[in-house]
Amino acid sequence: MRWLKQVYDWVERRVQLEGPIKDAVLHPVPRNTASWWYVFGSASFTLLFLQIATGILLAIVYVPSAGNAWNSLDLLNHHLTLGWFLRAMHGWGSNFMVAVVLIHMAQVFLFGAYKFPRELTWILGVFLLLMTLGMAFTGQVLRFDQDAYWGLGIGASILSRVPLIGGQLVHMMLGGPIIAGATLSRFFAIHVFIIPGTMLIFVALHVWMVLKLGINDWPMPGRIVRRETYMQEYHDLTKKDGVPFVPDAFWKDLLFSGMIMLAVAICAVWFGPYGPSGQPDPTIIQTAPKPDFFFLWLYAVLSYLPPSLETPFILIVPVVAIALLVALPFIAGQGEKSWHRRPVAVLSVTILAVGWAVLTHLATFTPWSPEMEAWSGDPVPAKMVQRATPLERQGAVVFQAKQCRNCHQLGGTGGQRGPALDAVAARLTEDQLIRQVIQGGGNMPAYGNNLSPAEVTALVHFLDTLHPPDEQRARDASQQALETADPPKSPAGQR
Amino acid sequence: MSDEKTLSRRTLMKLGLLLNGLVAIAIATPIVGYLLSPVKRKGAYKSWVSLGPLETFPESQTRLVDFENPSTNPWDGQTAKAACWVRHQQGDKFQVFAINCAHLGCPVRWFPQSGLFMCPCHGGVYYEDGSRASGPPERGLFEYAYKIEDGQLHIDAGQMPTLSNEAMLGKGKSPCAG
Repeated sequence: MRWLKQVYDWVERRVQLEGPIKDAVLHPVPRNTASWWYVFGSASFTLLFLQIATGILLAIVYVPSAGNAWNSLDLLNHHLTLGWFLRAMHGWGSNFMVAVVLIHMAQVFLFGAYKFPRELTWILGVFLLLMTLGMAFTGQVLRFDQDAYWGLGIGASILSRVPLIGGQLVHMMLGGPIIAGATLSRFFAIHVFIIPGTMLIFVALHVWMVLKLGINDWPMPGRIVRRETYMQEYHDLTKKDGVPFVPDAFWKDLLFSGMIMLAVAICAVWFGPYGPSGQPDPTIIQTAPKPDFFFLWLYAVLSYLPPSLETPFILIVPVVAIALLVALPFIAGQGEKSWHRRPVAVLSVTILAVGWAVLTHLATFTPWSPEMEAWSGDPVPAKMVQRATPLERQGAVVFQAKQCRNCHQLGGTGGQRGPALDAVAARLTEDQLIRQVIQGGGNMPAYGNNLSPAEVTALVHFLDTLHPPDEQRARDASQQALETADPPKSPAGQR
Repeated sequence: MSDEKTLSRRTLMKLGLLLNGLVAIAIATPIVGYLLSPVKRKGAYKSWVSLGPLETFPESQTRLVDFENPSTNPWDGQTAKAACWVRHQQGDKFQVFAINCAHLGCPVRWFPQSGLFMCPCHGGVYYEDGSRASGPPERGLFEYAYKIEDGQLHIDAGQMPTLSNEAMLGKGKSPCAG
């Protein structure tokens, strides 16, 4: 083994890295930061390198050409040894990276780590988060399938809403007038060169500053950050109650990173690679494009925003949100670090997390979208027309033929765009039903042009039978007055 | 003496920086033009495209028609194609709609039974004349300008219709659609 030592010494005499590395590795950190809460940053770092490694391995096969990208992914999935596994690792690595980066950010925020003197570390982190999301989006584009194609369309449509230069921005983004070869080429350059290159520089600076400024000490209620005293206090803390970063804190980072890598591999083997879904052919319109998991919340937001609010919202909110994140360490650079004394911080994270989860959940079953796959309306359940008059049955046929169930549920089947109609007669009077069918309103199209008067009459007579047995039909006051004036003949609740 | 030397070295340094700056600007400025080359003046990407003979569009029906974009590259593959909805009202009255929803560009589908265009993404719905029926879109479907020549239906197409170029697409639309 003497020769090994000789080689080492020979190299070390020339590179002289031993000193700085030893300093970095053995620098003392406050004992209480050697915690399982402090492992997410290093895990993000590990995942970044997993993404780079798998990305390079995919890039030696992938063809960034609109005409052939899909075929090269198909080749990777089905014809190359372990090509599917590398695609799956890269795809799941991306999911895990977004998740871990978000958790890292939430933890850093709740632990007050963005305060003095770590403001710039936080700001670089904000941009690293944005770049991680940028990688996730552009990665989805490189998986050049139907979802990628229409996802680009959505991106272009959003850009087109920018005042004055919207049109020019769209052409810049697409590399031409349409989504085509030029679009894929530029997204390839963004995904493979521009963002990763910038990310590496930012990550290097981010980690450098963590080493120079020290890991954020565990927040204690009452231990206030002041610009004048903090550095000295931190220094004293690491002296009095410090442990060397390696191995006392590092073993947890190492273990967690290993577990994350294992989790990515297990997901990759178990669930396999993402897509590609259908070929990116714009003439195949039988598709319901959907973004990847971490953009589902946005998909829901874009569905629920009222039209008048949409453009201002899309263009202003992201700018304000990013500005707020960047400004945070300047607004609250000193003071309490502990979440026990920062209720607004805890509340913000909770609201964001719950909002994100609800929107993501909604986007998994898209209640705002009509049921597009039905080639014709589902048949009306037989028991609903068993005692129906011929006219009501005629109405049930109209209901089916006009595809009302694309948007309305009946007996638990149908779209969720509009309300379920099982009890509609208990809510709307006959006149209201007629008005709703003919004029629409409240998000329902008007069917006055599409239905003949006879069809409307039949349809409304059918709808008017839909009420629970223990609930009466809705009637307006004049009808009621008529009925009470002539009580013996028509008992309430019957037609 | 040494002071003078430092001064002159500094001046040389400044000169060097200035020279490099000038060269960088001289090289980089035209490159901006390279980056901006996809941005062309209004309508530059568009031209008349034939959708086929009039007989292929029966009256009072709405049909999906594929066409090839006027400006494409050989490596565009399937993305060189585009599709539109042709509604033949009667005689030589047509409406040609972009398949892209006016909300965020997803492909709308025509449901003849209910007489509606529906979008699978965010729930936009349009009537058969392309006007907005419900959902998040703030306007009706985008329309291509059309003309009839030698028994063929032609449309003025070539770029993805979005809210920013709607004005160019809406020419053929009558002011009181319905």
